[in-house]
Amino acid sequence: MNVFAAIGRVVLNFFSQTGRLTVFTADAVSGVVRPPVYWNLIVQQMIRIGFFSLPVVGLTAFFTGGVLALQIYNGASRYGAETFVPVVVLVGITRELGPVIAGLMVAGRVAAAIAAEIGTMRVTEQIDALTTLSTNPIKYLVVPRIVAAVISMPILVAIADSIGVFGGYVASTEALGFNGAIYLNNTVNGVTYDDVSSGLIKAAVFGFIIALMGCYNGFHSKGGAQGVGSATTNAVVSASILILAANYILTSVIFSHG
Amino acid sequence: MASDLTPKVELRGVRKRFGSKVVLDGLDLTLGRGESLVVIGGSGTGKSVMIKCVLGILKPDAGQIFVDGTEVTRLRGGAREAVLRKFGMLFQGAALFDSLPVWENVAFGLIQGHGVPRRKAKDIAVEKLGKVGLGPEVAMLSPAELSGGMQKRVGLARAIAANPEIIFFDEPTTGLDPIMADVINDLIVATVKDVGATALSITHDMVSSRKISDRIAMLYQGKIIWQGPTSEIDNSGNAYVDQFIHGRAEGPIKMEVRR
Repeated sequence: MNVFAAIGRVVLNFFSQTGRLTVFTADAVSGVVRPPVYWNLIVQQMIRIGFFSLPVVGLTAFFTGGVLALQIYNGASRYGAETFVPVVVLVGITRELGPVIAGLMVAGRVAAAIAAEIGTMRVTEQIDALTTLSTNPIKYLVVPRIVAAVISMPILVAIADSIGVFGGYVASTEALGFNGAIYLNNTVNGVTYDDVSSGLIKAAVFGFIIALMGCYNGFHSKGGAQGVGSATTNAVVSASILILAANYILTSVIFSHG
Repeated sequence: MASDLTPKVELRGVRKRFGSKVVLDGLDLTLGRGESLVVIGGSGTGKSVMIKCVLGILKPDAGQIFVDGTEVTRLRGGAREAVLRKFGMLFQGAALFDSLPVWENVAFGLIQGHGVPRRKAKDIAVEKLGKVGLGPEVAMLSPAELSGGMQKRVGLARAIAANPEIIFFDEPTTGLDPIMADVINDLIVATVKDVGATALSITHDMVSSRKISDRIAMLYQGKIIWQGPTSEIDNSGNAYVDQFIHGRAEGPIKMEVRR
């Protein structure tokens, strides 16, 4: 009897969470097109989400590009295909590793910060105070963060792509003895529009997921410090899982024709 | 158009439950135009839930809520925001926005809700801070730099900034020392009179209740079990009220204490 009750609770909880997230997402998306638009908050959030994430994303991309070059060289040299290293590094970084690594790093940094900030506002009644001051909390807190993340992430990933390719260049020329000019030439000749654009589309979707998960979990945090802590953890975990799932779906859709 | 006899706020048969716990059980309450009503009751009796239902922060499961004779129970979006412009609210923990300086906290409703230009809103904020005994030097500070009493005063300045018709006070003296509590009580009386507002306060502080109210109502098990003029509270003839106002452990109200 208790087993059935436990299963029932889990199922009900799943559906209520899914329903709540759907309504929250619909409110947030419709808030983007309904005035007022808080432009100053969007710019402020773009600086927080995009600009302040640059060091961590840049460093991660640099080392990832370097490691990718070393590993691809290791595999390719068995078949005498070392000349493909620049283009494979390029494709790996722009299509997959650039957006995914940046997405996961920003999820850890930004989704956690958003959930903690909004969660603290929830438990200290600041969100209720916004409502009593005739301000819609979704439009004031959630929409600016989502818009800022959707705009910032592609910019961040474009920079991460460049730094990642540079990391591959440094590793190839310094550790593997590649000629710098030939490496760059192969990279430039190998790049296609699809390589870059697919990564940037992914980045925008990942930005949406990161901000949405941070806001949703913060908005629904309960209790005191422990509730905010749980919201922060849930935001990072759910954003990371959804990024990886969305990456698979987007890759399937974008490259299904080829 | 509401007449002078129309209650400012009226709750009819309001019910609210969280899971299996019934918090409001058919609550009826009327707040007259220009009066100061205090609702007393123990912790967890649903006082905060009641005012959150009026403000639309929580949705009642059943019942009706009227403001100036117009039903507001299910209002959303712009219509709800229009009703909320009539209200000011002082939260228990002040609920100041820590990302904004003090003046912007006070002016927030003016700028966002009433479309007042920032420069003018800042002047009004400094003026309102003066009304609660805080100088202009406080305006540029961050809320984190203020003591609990000062935060309450800033919260009060924010509540009266837009000259609201109705002001709610949620446990205005909780967590303050007796002298600061009395200062806040005096400020509440003075500012409500100054703004000419209708006031609803919820508290379990009887000293505060007697000082700031014209009328007192007691909430117990989700219903109003007694209400009357403040002068009659000591002769209510209600055993629950007597136990509560004298703070006795013995009586009809049983606290759940595990030994």
